[in-house]
Amino acid sequence: MITLTVNGKQHQLDVEDDAPLLWVIRDELGLTGTKFGCGIGQCGACTVQIDGQPVRSCSFPAGAVQGAITTIEGLSENLKHPVQQAWLAEDVPQCGYCQSGQILAAAAFLKDNPNPTDEDIDAGLTNICRCGTYPRIRKAIHRAAKLAAGQEA
Amino acid sequence: MDGSQLAPAAPALSRRTLIFAGLSAAGGLAIGVPFNARAGQPPTLTAGTNGDKEMTAWLVIDPDNTVTIRVPHSEMGQGTTTALAMLVAEELECDWSKVRIEYASATRNAEAGGKLYGPMRTVGSQGVRTSVPMMQQAGASARERLLYAAARQWNVDPASCSVASGQCLHKASNRRLDYGALAPAAALVTLEAEPAIKTPDQYKLVGNWTPRLDTPAKLDGSAQFGLDAKVPGMVYAAVYSAPVFGGSLKSVDESGLKGIRGIVGVVKTKDAVAVVADRYWRAKKGLDALAIEWDGGANATVDSAQLDKGLRDALDGPMATAEKDGDAAAALAAPGAKLVEAVYEAPFLAHATMEPLNCTVHLQPDRFDVWISTQSPMAVLQTAVEETGLPAEKIQVHNAFVGGGFGRRGGAPDEMVHAIAVAKAVNKPVKLIWSREQDVRRDRYRPQAAVKFRAALDGAGKATAFQARVAVPSLLRAIAPPAAIASGVEPMAVECIAKSFYTFPSRDIEVLLKNSHVPVSFWRGVGSSQNGFFIEGFVDEMAHAAGQDPYRFRRAMLERPDVLGVLDKTAEKGNWGSPLPKGRGRGIAVIEAYGSVSGQVVEVTVSPAGELKVDRVVSVIDCYHAVNPNTIEQQMQGAVIFALTAALWGEITIKDGAPEQANFDTYRIARMAESPPEIEVHLSLSGGDKWGGIGEPGVGPLAPALVNAIFAATGKRVRRLPLTYADLSWSG
Repeated sequence: MITLTVNGKQHQLDVEDDAPLLWVIRDELGLTGTKFGCGIGQCGACTVQIDGQPVRSCSFPAGAVQGAITTIEGLSENLKHPVQQAWLAEDVPQCGYCQSGQILAAAAFLKDNPNPTDEDIDAGLTNICRCGTYPRIRKAIHRAAKLAAGQEA
Repeated sequence: MDGSQLAPAAPALSRRTLIFAGLSAAGGLAIGVPFNARAGQPPTLTAGTNGDKEMTAWLVIDPDNTVTIRVPHSEMGQGTTTALAMLVAEELECDWSKVRIEYASATRNAEAGGKLYGPMRTVGSQGVRTSVPMMQQAGASARERLLYAAARQWNVDPASCSVASGQCLHKASNRRLDYGALAPAAALVTLEAEPAIKTPDQYKLVGNWTPRLDTPAKLDGSAQFGLDAKVPGMVYAAVYSAPVFGGSLKSVDESGLKGIRGIVGVVKTKDAVAVVADRYWRAKKGLDALAIEWDGGANATVDSAQLDKGLRDALDGPMATAEKDGDAAAALAAPGAKLVEAVYEAPFLAHATMEPLNCTVHLQPDRFDVWISTQSPMAVLQTAVEETGLPAEKIQVHNAFVGGGFGRRGGAPDEMVHAIAVAKAVNKPVKLIWSREQDVRRDRYRPQAAVKFRAALDGAGKATAFQARVAVPSLLRAIAPPAAIASGVEPMAVECIAKSFYTFPSRDIEVLLKNSHVPVSFWRGVGSSQNGFFIEGFVDEMAHAAGQDPYRFRRAMLERPDVLGVLDKTAEKGNWGSPLPKGRGRGIAVIEAYGSVSGQVVEVTVSPAGELKVDRVVSVIDCYHAVNPNTIEQQMQGAVIFALTAALWGEITIKDGAPEQANFDTYRIARMAESPPEIEVHLSLSGGDKWGGIGEPGVGPLAPALVNAIFAATGKRVRRLPLTYADLSWSG
């Protein structure tokens, strides 16, 4: 049995310690916004936050989690998070499959880099988007930074 | 919106006979079905269906005025669902803020002989350009029926009524009715003739930058992809196929499964093995614990060096003629002619969609349901008929948001064939997921190709002959009857090379469809993805051999105003001709693909040590009409990054008969840091009768513009992709 706190709710789960967190979130908890992309922590489609830090859940054993997990479903109510607002304003997604991970990675990144330069974004965000939404992600991160700082974007 | 803006259509109204049909009458309309006649349960993009309240096969209008538009093409990021809905809404004159979308039903389409929604294929950048007439007519027809229903209710001449923003109006008596209130009556209207559709000058919505309808669902995890399907009682399957294409399964040692929880069983096919468990991670763990022996068969010693040599050797052998115009051989042999010759090569490429192939199936004695992300629900349906033996009407294809397609999901679904084999063995609903490794190693690749060009220039540097000999595997071989390629030529093999817009006075285009054991298929841009690189790289070489500016050289060989328009705008926006220091350079390229003309200028910096940086890309497209500039910008930017990934690193190589790459650590994809800091997109719209595609035309120009820029920066000519083979270092 393991205990996970996900989006503010505690769950007792009868799964192995080495079960990848991604599949526990998707298949045990039914939270399918977190996606499977590569299984080796390369692409970031499976990104969730543990205590605000981005984690590639496909390669993270569920039994090793210490802290509160946030998935895309729990980031905000009604897309209120500045990153979601910025993503909406810039109309970022194309196929959309990687975007849950992109948004959670960006939200964590902005906490440590509240006013990032393009170089900061290049270095800090390494999730793969096969559709090539990077130009809009870049714009949206700058917009989200302003929104979070209470400025007009 | 003023209803009088519809005036151009009004005179025709009174000439039409108004018929109120009973429930049994389907009317003479290809697109109309009566209210309540057929429930239809189309798989939805978002949650919920509208049951039997449809107004036509294309539309449901709820009492609260929500308009649900059914789209016959798949949403895989290209924005087609928003664009197609815009085309309907434009004619329908409904309130755009109340529009939602769902997929048209493949089963229902099959029952109508494929005539209700058309082929429903989302390939070849066809969404808008092939479905424009259907979508416009669906909207216009519904609008007219609503108007007639209102006129009848008010007992007035329909010609005295108008529509605006989701309402029918009778101005003389100052009466109005919402579409939602009129829809049930309108569904019973049969028109004697279809109304005229708008001319572009009447558009209010089409052509405007419009937010995508699918964006909100893609920001909170609620968008349902194929991977997200859930069926009560389902088990999970992980699968590996034979590493060598054409190989087979020899033996499986299952002793490693001991102690792994939840294992349901092991399913073996001729060339694959699957482990089934109550959870996916247990199935995958079980699969990795098997000791599997494969028989590589006849192809187990094939490698890339042999395949490379086979294509190169073919360039000097017999070929079939794809295009012949004038006497190129004579022009090449003419005294004083300056010859330009080069061989270009491009590798196999994987699609590597972000969502790996997967599908969920529920096979019952008298019914089959499949949940799958597909570009072709009709192909899924056909394959399901073949694999289950059930008739089409007992099969439901639940399409979903597609987590990337790029052609991988355009044909018969390999993943469903596996899933059905497992479902038959375990007699339970099954979700089968290909690992990334399986997805890359069992892809059907963009063909490896080679071409030999020869051109002749006269004393003034003008081209007198253009000759191309192409060696490339056949794409049609796997999907079309042999007669389709009996001539030895297929259009994709010579896309962008044959029937070029350049006014070469003589041309001689030949092709050899040279196949190997490596399966090939359609990849974003198809033939234009490699042939664009080939021809536009070579034309650049011709320009330099002629001592001319590459833009001016191209320009002098063009007559078509659309191509000239794109080339000129590309040069202008790309600051063509403004000086750059040594080590920096600009390249230009223009192609025609999927009904559009597409040009790019790429600007690069190359360090003396040979490190390449793409500083700026300017992309221009003439798709003749723009439905949604928002999604056009997305597609053109995305195409640049997709093509840049391929040009920089993209390559599937073969060793011992099997692909060497397997995951993103060995099949590299561009990330944020490698995405050019500036990708500008501009439209150059010619208008007219044609509507061009946007999903693929932006791929082809990137690689040639890039290698042409590298040449401008360093003097080094790249003729083989990916660039990992090139030494770009320079001195002085």
